[in-house]
Amino acid sequence: MIFMQLFGAFFKIGLFTLGGGYAMLALIRQEIIRYGWLTLQEFVDIVGIAEMTPGPIAVNAATFVGFRSAGVAGALVATSAVVLPSLISVIIVSRVWQKYKNSPVVQHMFAGVRPVVVGLVGAAAVLMGRSTFEVLTSIPQQVVTLILACVVFYGVAFRKCDPIKALIAAALVGLVAFR
Amino acid sequence: MKESRGFLRLFTVFFRIGLFTFGGGLAMLPLIEKEVVDVQGWAERDEILDIFALAQSVPGAIGVNTAVFIGLRLHGFWGAVVALLGVVTPSVAIILIIAQLFSQFQSNLYVARAFSGVKAAVLGLIAAAALRAGRGAIVDRFGLLVAVVALGLSIAGIIPVFWVIILGGLAGILYHRRRGDVR
Repeated sequence: MIFMQLFGAFFKIGLFTLGGGYAMLALIRQEIIRYGWLTLQEFVDIVGIAEMTPGPIAVNAATFVGFRSAGVAGALVATSAVVLPSLISVIIVSRVWQKYKNSPVVQHMFAGVRPVVVGLVGAAAVLMGRSTFEVLTSIPQQVVTLILACVVFYGVAFRKCDPIKALIAAALVGLVAFR
Repeated sequence: MKESRGFLRLFTVFFRIGLFTFGGGLAMLPLIEKEVVDVQGWAERDEILDIFALAQSVPGAIGVNTAVFIGLRLHGFWGAVVALLGVVTPSVAIILIIAQLFSQFQSNLYVARAFSGVKAAVLGLIAAAALRAGRGAIVDRFGLLVAVVALGLSIAGIIPVFWVIILGGLAGILYHRRRGDVR
């Protein structure tokens, strides 16, 4: 029974997530509270952990809630449910795209969509910068963060550095510099 | 044999992308670009932006959708499944471990410090992704205008991302129609 509930709730969460993880947090919260799977405090903790660990927030939250309410099997059920809508919707959209992507209308459409993606990525940088600096209280921490961000930006944008190596290096710098 | 090697590579590439994606779907773009376009040659730079736009316009997490798109293109349905498994396995494994040591992880000083470094780097990565994407995707004044409007709308957060993408598509069609590009 709990498995059915988990599957239903997280399938719905996956299905109604458009345009990224943060939008779905409200829905996750609603479902969690409806079934009483977690307390509100636990939910807040999960959001923090989902941010600090790699991977999509929705997937992290599904795994965590599933595990808390029904062990490893629950984690697997909730995670499968949250990604199933992706599989279905992408297969459908991909078919349509392959068929029409060379038609003039679709080409013109993407001439408008590509710059939008650039704007969205730029906005993500601005918004993330804002939230990162908001929580940094001391000036030295802000300076270190700014320098790290600039170095990584320069390395990846102009020097073809490997993003993964940049992340590992930044984690090491963080260990030493943030105290 | 060749097929199974292709699946294995697909799995490991997306496993790596899943393992190093912090801070939500858009932070994934630089990693995907590097791995999928530069290292593996599975897609062109332009194409990856189209795939990203599509991935944001359909239900599901962006990173998962992008993995499914690329897996599907390379090896059909089972490719989609393998790429999907690759991208979510690191999250699932890490969360399962953390769920057992919940409180220790959250209050661990070293984890918090390393994470502060990672957050700074993610900032740089996303800014770099915007610049690199802009170089390829903005080819004229129209493109620049659309990018700036999308940036503004998205920062202000007045309308959902999905609709910003749809508006961009409509603007593209109208612009080219007015220029008389319709064949």
